[in-house]
Amino acid sequence: MTVAKDKISIEGLTGDAAIAHALKQCDLDVLAAYPITPQTIIVEDFQKFAADGEVQTAVIPVESEHSAMSACVGASATGARVATASASAGLALMWEILYCAASMRMPIVFTVANRALSAPINIHNDHSDGMGMRDSGFVQLYCQSSQEAYDTTIMAFKIAEDHDILLPVMVGIDGFILSHNVERVEMLPTDVVTDFLGIREPVQPLHPDKPITMGPLALTDYYFEFKEQQDRAIQEVPKIYKKVEKEFEKLTGRSYGMIEEYKTDDAEIIILAMSTMGGTAKAVADVLREKGEKVGVIRLKMFRPFPVEEICKAIGDAKAVMIFEKAMSFGAVTHPLAMEIRSALYEAENRPMVLDFVVGLGGRDVPPTTFVEGYEKTKKYLEKGEAPLYETLGVRK
Amino acid sequence: MTESQIHFARQFLREEALPSPFCPGCGNGIVTNSFLKAVNDLGHSDLRKFAFVSGIGCGAWIPSPHFKADTLHTTHGRAVAFATGLKAANPELEVVVISGDGDLAAIGGNHLIHAARRNMDLTVICANNWIYGMTGGQVGPTTFTGDRTTTSPYGNPERPFDLARLVAASGANFVARWTTAHPIPAARAIRTALERRGFSFIEMLSQCPTAYGRRTKSGDAVDMIKWMKSLPVRKKDEPLGHRVPTKDLLDLGVFADRDEPSFLQSMEKMKEQI
Repeated sequence: MTVAKDKISIEGLTGDAAIAHALKQCDLDVLAAYPITPQTIIVEDFQKFAADGEVQTAVIPVESEHSAMSACVGASATGARVATASASAGLALMWEILYCAASMRMPIVFTVANRALSAPINIHNDHSDGMGMRDSGFVQLYCQSSQEAYDTTIMAFKIAEDHDILLPVMVGIDGFILSHNVERVEMLPTDVVTDFLGIREPVQPLHPDKPITMGPLALTDYYFEFKEQQDRAIQEVPKIYKKVEKEFEKLTGRSYGMIEEYKTDDAEIIILAMSTMGGTAKAVADVLREKGEKVGVIRLKMFRPFPVEEICKAIGDAKAVMIFEKAMSFGAVTHPLAMEIRSALYEAENRPMVLDFVVGLGGRDVPPTTFVEGYEKTKKYLEKGEAPLYETLGVRK
Repeated sequence: MTESQIHFARQFLREEALPSPFCPGCGNGIVTNSFLKAVNDLGHSDLRKFAFVSGIGCGAWIPSPHFKADTLHTTHGRAVAFATGLKAANPELEVVVISGDGDLAAIGGNHLIHAARRNMDLTVICANNWIYGMTGGQVGPTTFTGDRTTTSPYGNPERPFDLARLVAASGANFVARWTTAHPIPAARAIRTALERRGFSFIEMLSQCPTAYGRRTKSGDAVDMIKWMKSLPVRKKDEPLGHRVPTKDLLDLGVFADRDEPSFLQSMEKMKEQI
């Protein structure tokens, strides 16, 4: 049953604050983090909740992100519910431990205010940090609004801690664009969140009564089996994600799906983007539709595991898919998101033309005109029947 | 304007990068001034013989982009490691790291103690403002016990590092601690640091009125400079001992002054033996 309206509290919250409020309600045992812009507010707000006694969480202001993720793994190993937050260079510094967290099957929730990587130093948004951890084994969910950030953070624990999954989950919001933007957020009563999540039931925690060793040497004999199991676990995510979201929808009436489709049914050209670009893309689609153009939008929320079936179904018989992505994989065939889409579509009966537009690196603004520019180009490429593998838009050349 | 009217520091600064981005009352300007005074006193008319390395944080902005010199502006915590490579590849250069306490002693603490242990031929200047200033005032490893910051709203339960003693104990050839209230002794110490082979470390206590002053209610820049001016100065050859820094128990002066073989000297010696 949906939670009664008078039980819902409504506040104007930034993306960071929305995540902090969600974390407050998730009954965390441990949070370890190191300050980095534009994530800082998540931990500052949470630290305030902890100091005010609103949460019973041990907050550890560690000396680096490497230590933050390490402390999270240590805490999670004992069966604790654990979260951390970071971005950019901080996330990159965690890289070694990201693989340990996933492989040791620690259901840590890792909120990220996505930000460009050095050099040169840049504090603004792109998805280089998220794509850098692409193969680490984390589930990756990218959000479009503060409300979605709040909702997804709560759901992330239920997905991560599910016994069929037991994997860490990254919840991404666009740095500054969402992390520092105030939006209306509806918040559930804490007891409802508590009932929804329950208490984490660890499968194999460290406990003196039944001592085990985690993460020791597994060479040619068993290493591969660990990876096999990890792969099987992440493939289970769509099933559990749908189940968790259905339950969440019962409480709130809100659900997002692994992808969000917008006017894709009869679309000839589809815009595909992640996070806040999804909002701009939908506005652009509306305007182009008014002009009689058959445009639709797919906003990808779940990047890992990659929802192949859903994407292919949503693209359907479209003539072209224009991907707008905020990361580069230097020297690759195309850039990360387009590579996934191209692979996913390889088996499709009617393979559409795939356009890869790299935009918005280092926080460069991606206004509606950038989408229209890509759209005009795509129409020309369709006429010609050929297109470049990728191109950059909105940059001095 | 006649030459004598032009401030000596200007010949070392990129005019186009001025004014600096530092907050009103920030100590970084005085740290800059003390450093450039030392350079000027050593007879340099430009920074040709220097290379600067900095990490992330307000202190890292002292050399980059303000110094008219070769500069590597690197990642958080790694300045000393980058500088080690730079010096090893081009020992002719005077390699100087200028950064903050968060950068050098928290996330980069391991590099700091190991460069000191190695007696790496570097000069490291640490603007210590006891807090993460750039990110808005979070508790760090130099924050005094009990200080209220954005991430320790009911007071810091942990103990701070005594950076000068830490680096002295790690094996540096020259270690001194001064403050922005002591720009002349600081310049003199920096001059010694630049002249000394091996690892030299200058801790510059420096006020951050915006983050530290406000968060911990330590007053404005003037109040903090007055406080730092009152700090005790060590007697020569006074034993180092062990103490946890507090606002009254931060002694100034020289903490290590020796001439043990530097990394480059040790390498040379080893080469001769082979």
